[in-house]
Amino acid sequence: MVSRFWRKIPQRYNLVGTRCETCGRHFYPPRTFCPDCRRGGKIVDHWFTGEGKVTTYTVIRTASNQFEHATPYVLAIVELDEGPRLTAQIVCRPEEARIGMRVRRVFRRIAADGESGVIHYGTKFVPA
Amino acid sequence: MREVAVVGIGCTQFGEHWSASFRDLFVEAGALALNDAGISGEQIDALYVGNMSAGRFIEQEHIGALIADYAGLASNHTPSTRVEAACASGGLAFRQAAIAVASGMEDVVVAAGVEKMTDVGTGASVDTLAGAADREWEGFAGATFPGLYAMIATDYMHRHSLTREQLAQVAVKNHANGARNPIAQFRQEITIDTVLNSSLVADPLRLFDCSPITDGAAAVVVVPLERAREFTDAPVRMLASAQASDTIALHDRRDISTLDATIAAGRRALKLARLEHADIDLVEVHDCFTIAEICAIEDLGFCAKGEAGRLTEEGVTARDGGLPVNVSGGLKACGHPVGATGIKQICEVVQQIRGEAGRRQVDTEIGMTHNVGGTGATVVVHILGAC
Ligand SMILES: [Zn+2]
Repeated sequence: MVSRFWRKIPQRYNLVGTRCETCGRHFYPPRTFCPDCRRGGKIVDHWFTGEGKVTTYTVIRTASNQFEHATPYVLAIVELDEGPRLTAQIVCRPEEARIGMRVRRVFRRIAADGESGVIHYGTKFVPA
Repeated sequence: MREVAVVGIGCTQFGEHWSASFRDLFVEAGALALNDAGISGEQIDALYVGNMSAGRFIEQEHIGALIADYAGLASNHTPSTRVEAACASGGLAFRQAAIAVASGMEDVVVAAGVEKMTDVGTGASVDTLAGAADREWEGFAGATFPGLYAMIATDYMHRHSLTREQLAQVAVKNHANGARNPIAQFRQEITIDTVLNSSLVADPLRLFDCSPITDGAAAVVVVPLERAREFTDAPVRMLASAQASDTIALHDRRDISTLDATIAAGRRALKLARLEHADIDLVEVHDCFTIAEICAIEDLGFCAKGEAGRLTEEGVTARDGGLPVNVSGGLKACGHPVGATGIKQICEVVQQIRGEAGRRQVDTEIGMTHNVGGTGATVVVHILGAC
């Protein structure tokens, strides 16, 4: 379980995704294969600005064991200004969340890995 | 390619089976289906078993061989294959069985589905079901499966006309149907207030917007159409089988509240069967959440986007309406043992076509099933008709 999450640390801590130099499309979560250009695509790393807006959201009241301590929390699909969308928590009160609200990324604790206590960090968003 | 028919069906009671094991459940469903087809185990050429996550739910993998063994087929060495596509595992197992028969590779094939979900606690099952979506980029952020469908509902209600009461009416209608289904997990009618007063799970979805956690198994016997009358006087013919994929993560979809894989599989199924929407007498759709039934009716093309809420409110999708949807009670009231659901949908349509659906009988010649994996990354659609 640990290496599976360590492997993704650059992407999760710094919002590093990828970009296809052939067509200019951005990918976050990162992809190593461009669905548009396929073999003609040339994929390079891309540092996202971390600014975007909420496409849709919910307030999670019943969570899995790893997240139960955090309920209720706002979960959203955020559209980054560069185009890609990702799923992330919004650090705000449930009644503050709304579609279209501007957000920026912050580095936060995401979850503890059960009994072993390994703490996972990653990206959340706050109202901008 | 050969035409394919269903000649036997069997389904366990759906619910919380504290005393029945995973093995007990599929043995019971299999025996019911074989009995219905009037065949014995040694006549089976192959088995396809839909199962989402026995590994997480009961810590058992290698389900194909396990099932063949406990069905008494180990000494026959009957080939048995597990099929997995999250909540669409059952529908996909049926499709694999149909492909095997249609190709001419096998003659008598059993398609089954089974899930034993109540051996783990709620937190563990929520976590397991989240594996139907993108574990690394949705689950990691704290997304639950109801949470993802809740985000579909938020997006849908922002962009289209759908009231909270219309959404609740989906559950009210499916409970009314479940009340007439002897195998249903919930056989009591509810009101819109029952839904609106139930606890919030993931806003705007409440407990009664969600399908339950269920144990159950279902099985069907598939044979070439030309041999169907050897087994039954009332074979049901498969008119179309279609499957489509989409992005694993909801955030990567073209449109958050449209299941493009449903559109693709639905269109392909109708084209293969050379049928139009008006030819379909009833449809069993994948209502894992109330919003999922709304999207399914629209994305299958039975009405335009934004109209399914009104149709539900007006009773069009009720058992006695113009387009009965989920006469079995759907996933909401009949229950949702994930790997078994797709096969149960086939069983329901076969029962309806045979005229054996008792108090929930609808005059049916042609029926459709719609089985979804995850939030729409896999969709399997079948059309079945009277012979
Ligand atoms: Zn490209």
